[in-house]
Amino acid sequence: MLDSIEPADIHAAARARAAVLPLDDLNPADPQGFVDDTVGYVFERLRREDPVHRSHSPIPGIDTYWSVTRYKDIMQVDSSHSIYSSENGITLMDFPPDDEQKLRMFIAMDQPKHDEQRKAVNPIVAPANLNNWQNLIRERTVNVLESLPRNETFNWVDKVSIELTTYMLATLFDFPLQDRRLLTHWSDMATSNKLTNPDAPEPEVRMAELRKMLEYFTRLWNERINAPPSTDLVSMLAHGPATRNMGPAEYMGNLVLLIVGGNDTTRNSMTGGLLALHEHPQEMAKLRANPALVDSLVPEIIRWQTPLAYMRRSALVDTELGGKQIRKGDKLAMWYLSGNRDESAIPEPNRFIVDRERPRQHLSFGFGIHRCVGNRLAELQLKILWEELLVRFKKIDVVGEPTRIRSSFVRGFSHLPVRIPG
Amino acid sequence: MPRVTFIAFAGGARTVEAPVGTTLMRAATDNRVPGIDGDCGGNCACATCHVYVDPAWWERLGVHAAGEKDMLNLVAELRGNSRLACQITLTEDLNGLVVNLPEAQH
Repeated sequence: MLDSIEPADIHAAARARAAVLPLDDLNPADPQGFVDDTVGYVFERLRREDPVHRSHSPIPGIDTYWSVTRYKDIMQVDSSHSIYSSENGITLMDFPPDDEQKLRMFIAMDQPKHDEQRKAVNPIVAPANLNNWQNLIRERTVNVLESLPRNETFNWVDKVSIELTTYMLATLFDFPLQDRRLLTHWSDMATSNKLTNPDAPEPEVRMAELRKMLEYFTRLWNERINAPPSTDLVSMLAHGPATRNMGPAEYMGNLVLLIVGGNDTTRNSMTGGLLALHEHPQEMAKLRANPALVDSLVPEIIRWQTPLAYMRRSALVDTELGGKQIRKGDKLAMWYLSGNRDESAIPEPNRFIVDRERPRQHLSFGFGIHRCVGNRLAELQLKILWEELLVRFKKIDVVGEPTRIRSSFVRGFSHLPVRIPG
Repeated sequence: MPRVTFIAFAGGARTVEAPVGTTLMRAATDNRVPGIDGDCGGNCACATCHVYVDPAWWERLGVHAAGEKDMLNLVAELRGNSRLACQITLTEDLNGLVVNLPEAQH
């Protein structure tokens, strides 16, 4: 019976399969490897035997792609933006040209347009502005933590991770707080994909929901454009010279980028961090003994979780990578998740270590011109969360297995049962 | 060995020595100078070793490295004397170099 299979059995079987399959048959983009959290065995073998690997997916629209699995090769692709383009999108799925589902956003643009649009949103997540927000983030984090149930099992993903990241996002957009769960809903819609997850909504339903998002945000845009410039993101986009003339498709694309970027990522690091500390009790003990280690804990959580498992690039010219001939037009997945476990770049990569020597040296934010614009905000949110958790709760018990999301792009959780003793 | 001085955003200076051939970023991180992160390890790929070069030294540093200006576009407050410390290699000629640090790396 299916439900009698233990996670340990699934892992043993996946490890054995990854070791014996012909190289050609290894397909790290198979979402099952993310549901089971077994894709690491595939990456281990690819890094060793075929670090730049021609992979094939049976999912239409993904088809054939290069898997780049070593840290240094990923760094090379990510920082060579005149060779590897983002214009065809950042996920492996190809859409026909002009398909409405293909969103226009600056993460999926090349220079110079990328730089202009990015500069318009950069100030809101820059250090000077973050200083202004610290107190508000802390206050909201404390409120959420104080309201958690005691002595009863609850879903950490919903009550902590989603609640905190959605709160933060609503703050960034100056979005009506009572409607904030709409942001979570739209974020989930934006990343849903019927082709890779049978439980996902139909493409028409997905687009209809995203159009509702656009309508809602168009209303906010119109309010803000008629008011003096303010420090929220919508106002910045509406008044910024590089963004004020965006068409609806581009506005929608950039909203999706900021909502997903500020939501799905930190949300899953908030869950993944707790799970990692639960699985490494000696590291939790170190942290309890010395809470100042939160500073290195945070980047270690972000490395460990790698909430976006890859980014896609498309070759603009014929080129060579790791001894392989890449043809113009080929698509590549830079598997950050694999690079973050590469022993040739990171000492003891399969251990979660809260006081790691160089914890910031990881690939989770990407490198080059598309490096995560909200990285400092993400780190600040996680830092405040852990500071407040440590002073508030002597114990946080993970009381069951996590449920992971069926996606090879967003590496995350839908459920983690947790109990806090009263 | 060349000596270089980092002036923190909040004031206060740190002077360190580093061998010729070391990058300015490495000189900071090897000596744990706060305010220089160097997340990418010196690949000109993250812009977290941003410094403002003292005008007296600007000419001696030579031109920006390939790709450096692209990455400088990511920093919080770009100025005319902005450089990435990982793209500055120390020489005897740079003995006495002074740079200012931004409020924080981004």
